[in-house]
This record gives sequence, structure tokens and C-alpha cells, in this order.
Amino acid sequence: MPNTKSKMKMRKAVVRFSGDSGDGMQLTGEIFSQSSGSAGNDLTTIPDFPAEIRAPQGSIGGVSSFQIQIGGTEIYTPGDEVDVLVALNPAALSANIKFLKPGGTIIADRDNFNKKYLKKAGYNENPLDDGSLHDYQVVPAPASSLTKDALKDLGLDMQSVSRSKNMFALGIVYHLFNRPMEPTIDFFEKKFKGKPKIIQANMRALKAGYYYAETTDVLPASIVIPPADLPKGTYRNIDGNTAIAWGALAAAKKSNKKLSLSSYPITPASEILHEIAARKDQGAIVLQAEDEIAAISAAIGASYAGNLSITSTSGPGVSLKTEAMGLAVIAELPLVVINVQRSGPSTGLPTKTEQGDLSQALYGRHGEAPMIVIAASSPDDCFFYGYQACRLAMEHMTPVVLLSDSYLASGKSPWRIPSLDELPDINISEFNGNLEDWGPYLREQKFLNRYWKKPGEPGFEHRIGGLEKEDISGHLTYDPENHEKMVQMRQDKVNRVAKKLPNQEVTGAQSGDLLVVGWGSSYGAINAAIMELIEEGHHNVGFTNFNYISPLPKNTADIFDRFEQILVCELNKGQFANYLRTQLPQFAYDQFNKNQAQPFFTSEIKSEILKILEA
Amino acid sequence: MKTETKKKNGKPLSIKDFKSDRNVKWCPGCGDYMILSMMQKTFTQLDHPKEDIVCISGIGCSSRLPYYLDTYGIHSLHGRAPAVSTGLKLANPDLSVWVVTGDGDSMAIGGNHFIHACRRNLDINIIIFNNKIYGMTKGQSSPTTPLGMKTKTAPYGSYEPPFNIGELAISAGATFFARVPDKSPQLLGDVMMEAYKHKGTSIIEVLQNCVIFTDGIHEKLTDKETKDENQLELKAGEPMVFGKDDEYGIQIDGMKLKKVRLDDDNNTNTLIHDPSEKETQQHVALAKLQLPDFPVAMGIIRNTESTSFDEQLHHIIDDSQKNSKYKNLEDLFHSGNTWEVK
Repeated sequence: MPNTKSKMKMRKAVVRFSGDSGDGMQLTGEIFSQSSGSAGNDLTTIPDFPAEIRAPQGSIGGVSSFQIQIGGTEIYTPGDEVDVLVALNPAALSANIKFLKPGGTIIADRDNFNKKYLKKAGYNENPLDDGSLHDYQVVPAPASSLTKDALKDLGLDMQSVSRSKNMFALGIVYHLFNRPMEPTIDFFEKKFKGKPKIIQANMRALKAGYYYAETTDVLPASIVIPPADLPKGTYRNIDGNTAIAWGALAAAKKSNKKLSLSSYPITPASEILHEIAARKDQGAIVLQAEDEIAAISAAIGASYAGNLSITSTSGPGVSLKTEAMGLAVIAELPLVVINVQRSGPSTGLPTKTEQGDLSQALYGRHGEAPMIVIAASSPDDCFFYGYQACRLAMEHMTPVVLLSDSYLASGKSPWRIPSLDELPDINISEFNGNLEDWGPYLREQKFLNRYWKKPGEPGFEHRIGGLEKEDISGHLTYDPENHEKMVQMRQDKVNRVAKKLPNQEVTGAQSGDLLVVGWGSSYGAINAAIMELIEEGHHNVGFTNFNYISPLPKNTADIFDRFEQILVCELNKGQFANYLRTQLPQFAYDQFNKNQAQPFFTSEIKSEILKILEA
Repeated sequence: MKTETKKKNGKPLSIKDFKSDRNVKWCPGCGDYMILSMMQKTFTQLDHPKEDIVCISGIGCSSRLPYYLDTYGIHSLHGRAPAVSTGLKLANPDLSVWVVTGDGDSMAIGGNHFIHACRRNLDINIIIFNNKIYGMTKGQSSPTTPLGMKTKTAPYGSYEPPFNIGELAISAGATFFARVPDKSPQLLGDVMMEAYKHKGTSIIEVLQNCVIFTDGIHEKLTDKETKDENQLELKAGEPMVFGKDDEYGIQIDGMKLKKVRLDDDNNTNTLIHDPSEKETQQHVALAKLQLPDFPVAMGIIRNTESTSFDEQLHHIIDDSQKNSKYKNLEDLFHSGNTWEVK
């Protein structure tokens, strides 16, 4: 049904759904993301739910939220400030009001603002009535009772009826954003196949909310977000962990290798293990190992056997894996170690994000043990960098660290589904000479890769291991010159990967006063800040975000050279800045760091940049 | 025993085919030499061709062994050989995988991987060289060092109760456990062949002599004079008897085993060895027998049938592939809610 109200065009908007853990806020948010994607908007989402499995109902600790930014332009983050806040109970309002913009809209379930829940949320007076929300547009909808009415003849139990109020709230949001309900009703029919009552309940609640908004005229105006200008294709929403898992599956397929994954459960990386465990249906060989060390050791065994072999974990797991990472370095076996970073040190803040493990990825091994290090920068590009990590490991016979983080793992963004044909080919060096000339540490000369010979190939029987190898023959040797040569060889091997990497690109000014530098998941917030600055007429700022960290892209120094000042923004104490100081010491690096186990806000990056520009 | 010998260029494989070009660097007189040569001999008789055999070790004197065997192999990390083998065997179940480890490597730093290998019943063979000491790092106590023995780290005598490897392995779920002294090459060869045929994790404990730090530690078991009385060599389907003239037997007394001097009245109660028995109690009791009250059980103590972990996993993979709603990756990627941007 077309919305006849006055329309307000916005380029982007941020919506935050919040309620009790049992209120289905994540599903509500997911459905709204899908409908926004279908409407052609670009978007990014982030869930925010309690670390405790079940906090008491109605308490602030039990509030579960889901934030989404949608836009008619490219969207890089889930947004700093919220335009529309859905709060299904007083605790949700209390926990989330701080995110709402002045003048923003609150959609509250008035029925839940009762004495009991107000008290649990720490309110003495009902904020819907006491005038404390006068800066906002408040829609105090009786969502629970109207949902109950709409569902009364379905014969559903009380709990199912109560659970449907999230769809009532969503209906109001649909009306606000002028969204068609049909695709969502189709979705209910697919998701709840065989449960006609549940389909009916969700559909009726959604419509009830929509028509409530329509008829009561509670909304000030409806918001229209035009479609974004995105590349053509088929899209879906994807989170970072699923994207990495699928990237690895695609790399296995493309290289004609079997995929072996061995991992130990750890927050926030477990979903990679879960997804690939389910992908036995695509031939994946999965081991839930007895510990982190077993996981990487098994991965090394699988790699020696000739499979594309990966292990997924988070920082504490990498700490345990470091000895074995050194073995993979000296054995020169392909292996991908995925670190979905979380806030540390030690157990730290396990559900929160941080870019704190970069130094560990670069240096966290005994001896000279260089590895390729790459970092993904958005939930959807976790697919591509997951694929690239596997490709580079196999093409260069070396372990690779792939850095993601909690923010990318749980966030979602639209992913244009690629065909396998359009992914870069994976060319593994083949030995074509005579068996007599072959040795386990014989190398091709361009990239210095040794050849991947696996058990089952007659005539190539050989032993590898952690002791230093003689060049070509692979025999154990304590020869001092040989050790020096091999240390250099392993470093050169990683350095030469730079030949294959795409050039680092700059957004905004290509030369000028200030170059803002980020890496990995800081991309979104910094990019959004730069876009706003450009629009506001600041043409002297450029931005470059690194995905390839070791080795650095070969034009890095050229880019740095074109700017007066370099500002490195990262969620740690300056690990990338320090790395750049060792790699490109001819430049001076300023730092902007945040250590709150939270992602950057666009606004704080922007004000930091303005401070520098205006200085 | 094996039926067909593997051919290389039309010729049967010989021990020489499994000797690498590296000099063996163990101390003269070390028990490891015999184990190495029995592995080489056994490998000539396997169904697996040479290129399908992989030997994986951890760290320690024993773990140098892969370098001396001309097969595929990994000299991995301290304690981690079972974990490395798990990944390798799951990746390619057609390989014949042999793990070589010591008592420090498998019982201390690698204890976790060892028990989980036993629990999962992965089809690999683990040979533990038990000399009851850390040899490579020069004489520290290991988890099998006997109480009271003086070592560099227990200069006043060891006060830590040792592990009994058989008890630990069987309790952790091992479906095959055998014990052999390094002075019994024939028995070791037979046991290796049975371990090879067994589908699941096979543990072979070799009581191995370290000439430097624990020389003679197994002497009471291997010395010609005392051997017959101190070893109970178990054979499937045969009574548990021992002594120079088989004058002793093992019988059951309540829940416990007892040693009896056999005469005409009581020899019918002597236990008959059944390594295929699923229940673990008797096998654990046999593994635990120790001097001076009992002889030490040798040979195959346990050999029971069970599906192997690798077989189980690959069944699941095959079935799930057949029944998957996603014919290929594109199907998977396009599942769920998608939309077109034109």
C-alpha cells in the first residue's frame, strides 16, 4: 500500500532495534536489512547483545540491540548516531537513548512501560509521560496489546503471541520508511515453512503495526532513502565469519584442492568453524581439535598431505599456536591462520573488538619467522581476503595470517555474489624437471617457492621438520652460512609476494596536506569521515587503507611521499604506526588511537582530522 | 601376516628401500636401532606402497627416526605428532601413518594429544619408545620414571607416581595396545604387523634401553636368567602362563588378578587371553601388572574392533554431499535472501 504522508528524503539513516534478549531483535534487524537491500540501499549492520547467555528479563544487562545504517550512497559503517530507536521496554530505552540524535524518533512499546519494568530499568517516573523525552519524536505504541488483539483467534500460546510484538514494531518502521511488506511476507513463508500459525502471527503483527502507523498518524513524516548506486549483480547480506569460510571454500574449489579446517572453539571466531563444519556437504574435512595447538598441528599435517589447510581462532588461540606457526614457516608449507581479533590482553573483553594483535601477527614467533599478513576491512570483503589468504599461501608455499576482528565478524554488509570464474586463478608452482634434480627445498626462481610434493607421489619421498634445512636437499645441517642463507631466503620469499599485490590506492586528495592511514576494519569509519570532509570542501586530505600488511604494497612509499603529514588511525596503541616506522623510516607518522574495545566513530575521526587541518 | 610384497620396478621391496641416505646418529647400543630396523622390515611387507607410508614424530631422541626412514615424514613439534597425524590422516585416509614418540614427548608435553588420539580411534600406529627418562635433554625425570629413581631433576629420588602407558591408553579408549621389550625383535615385528592391520589407534609401547641415562632399566625383564619369570607373553586364545616351564599362571580372585603356582588341581582356572574383549577391566589389569609381585605383560594386550575416526568422518562427508541441498558453491552462495541490483 502506498504511503500517502508527506515524504522526507534522506541520503542515509540509522535505525537501532532494541528490546529484551528474548524479544527477537536480531531477527527483526535482519529482516529490515533484507528489505533495505531489496530496496536497493547500501547498508552495514552490527548486533550488540549481552555477553551473558541469559540475563534477567527486563534488566539493562539483558538488552539486545541491532543497529543498521542504510543509504542511497555507499555506506561504510553501522553509523554513529541513531535516527530511529525502537525500544520495546524501559531497559532498552535507558541503555540506548544515548545513541539517539536530538530530534530522532523513538518507537516504544507503551504496554511494557509498566511499574515492574520501569523499576528494573531504574526509572522512577515513566519517561514516556514525564516530559523527559521532549527533544525527540516519541511514538508510544501499545504494541503488546494490539499484537495480542490481532492474533487472538489464532489459538497461539501466550509466549508466541508476546514474541510477535517485534513484528508490530517492524511494521511501524516499514511505514516510516515507506517499505513494501510483500517480500517480507514471502520471507515468513519460507522461514516458517510448515508452521502456518507462526507465518500468520508474524504477518498479522507486521500489518497491524503498519496500519497502526497509517491510521493513527503518529509518525511525523515518512522517510525515503533512494537506491544506492551499487555495481550490478545479485546481492545478499553476509557477516565477516561466514564470508571468510566461503572464501576458503571458493579457494579450495578454484585450486582443485580439498579444504581441511581444524580449529578449537573461541569467541568471536567460532562461527567459521561452525559454518565449515556444516560444509562437509561441500566436501570440507573438519576437525574440532582438542586444543589450539592440536588445531594448528593437524592443519600442518593436512597441508603436508596436500590439502588447502586453514585454522581459525582469536588472539589467545594464536598465542598458543605460535610455535607451530614457526614450524610452518621453516617447513615452507601453505597454511592460513585466521585471527578474528578480540580485545586483550589475556581473556580481555572477549566479545568486543580491537586491532590489538597486529604486532603478534608480524612478530609473535621465536627466531626469524616471517609470514604474509593480510587484513580484511569489511564484512563482505572478508570473502575476498579469505580467498586471497588461501591463494597466496598455496602459490607461495608459506603460512599466512589473515586478520579479521569481532566488529567484522558480527557485522553484516551486502555482498555482491561473485561467480567462481571472476575470482583470480590460483597457480601453484609445479615441478616439471627430472626426479634426479628434485629436492624438497628446490625452488622456482621468480618467487623462490619450493614445490608441494605430497605423500602418495612415488619417488618424491622426503622428510620435513623444524630443524634447519640445507638449501635444495632439505638435509639437516648446522652449517652457519646455510642458516644465514635460509633465514634470508624465507624473508625474501615473503618480500617477493609484493610483486603480485595490487597497488595501494588513495581516496580523496592524491597529494596534499594530510594522508590518513588505516588498516583492516578501521576502513569504514575513516572512509565515511573522509567522504563527509570532501563534501564539505576539504580537498587537501587523502585516505589509504591497508589490506596487505606484510609485505606492504610496493607503491606505499610513493604515496606517503606525496603528503605533508601522515596520520595513522588504529584501535590499539600504535602497532601499525610502529611497523611503518621500521619499514619506511624516512616518514614521520602521527597517531590517532582508541583503546575502548569499540570501533571508531566517524565523528571522532572527522574531528581529529579537522583539528590537524585547522592547526 | 602379510600376503603380498610391494613391488618397485618389478622387484620386491627390501629393507634397503626404506633406508635413507642419512647417517643414524643414536648412541652405540641404543635400543632405538632395533626399532628402526623392525619398522624398515615391517614396511617391506605392507599392502601400502612405499609412497603411501608416512612417519611422523615429535621431539626427542626417538623422534629423529623419520630422517632415517626413506618414506614421507614430518619431524614435528614436541608432543604434537598425534595431532599432526590426525590432520594428515583425515586429509588422506589412504595413507599408512606411523607416529614415533618417546615417554616424555607423548606422556608429558603431548599428553593431551595422546589421550585424544586414543579416544577418537584414528587409524594410525603410535610407537612409544619408553626409556623412562628424558635422553635428549640429558637425564630429567619423565612421567614414566619409577618412584625412587634418581634423575637430574630428582636428585634425591623421584617422588612422582608414574603413568602406566597401557592403563592410560586403554582407559582413554585405545582399541589396540601392545607392549614389547626392545630385545625381542621377532615379537616387535609381529606386533607392528598386527597394529598395521588394526583399524583404529594402535599403541605400541617399546620398553627401550637408554645406554646413557637408564642403562639396564628393563634388565630384569630382558635378562636371559629372569626373563621367563618376569615376562608374561600374551597370546590370543592361549592361557596366561609363564616361568621357565610355564609353572605359573594368572587367575582371577574377586576383581583382582592373582599369580598362582600351577599344579594339577588349579590349572583349569588359568585365564585365557582374549585381546578382542570390548570391556576394558581385564586389559587394564593386565597392563598394570608389575614386578616384583607379578610378571610384566608383553605382546598384544588389547585388540578390539571399532569404526575408525577417519572412516566415520569420511562417511559423514560422503553422505552429506549426497544429500546436500546445495549442488555446488554457487547454490550455497545464492541461498537465503538475495536481491538484484540492475
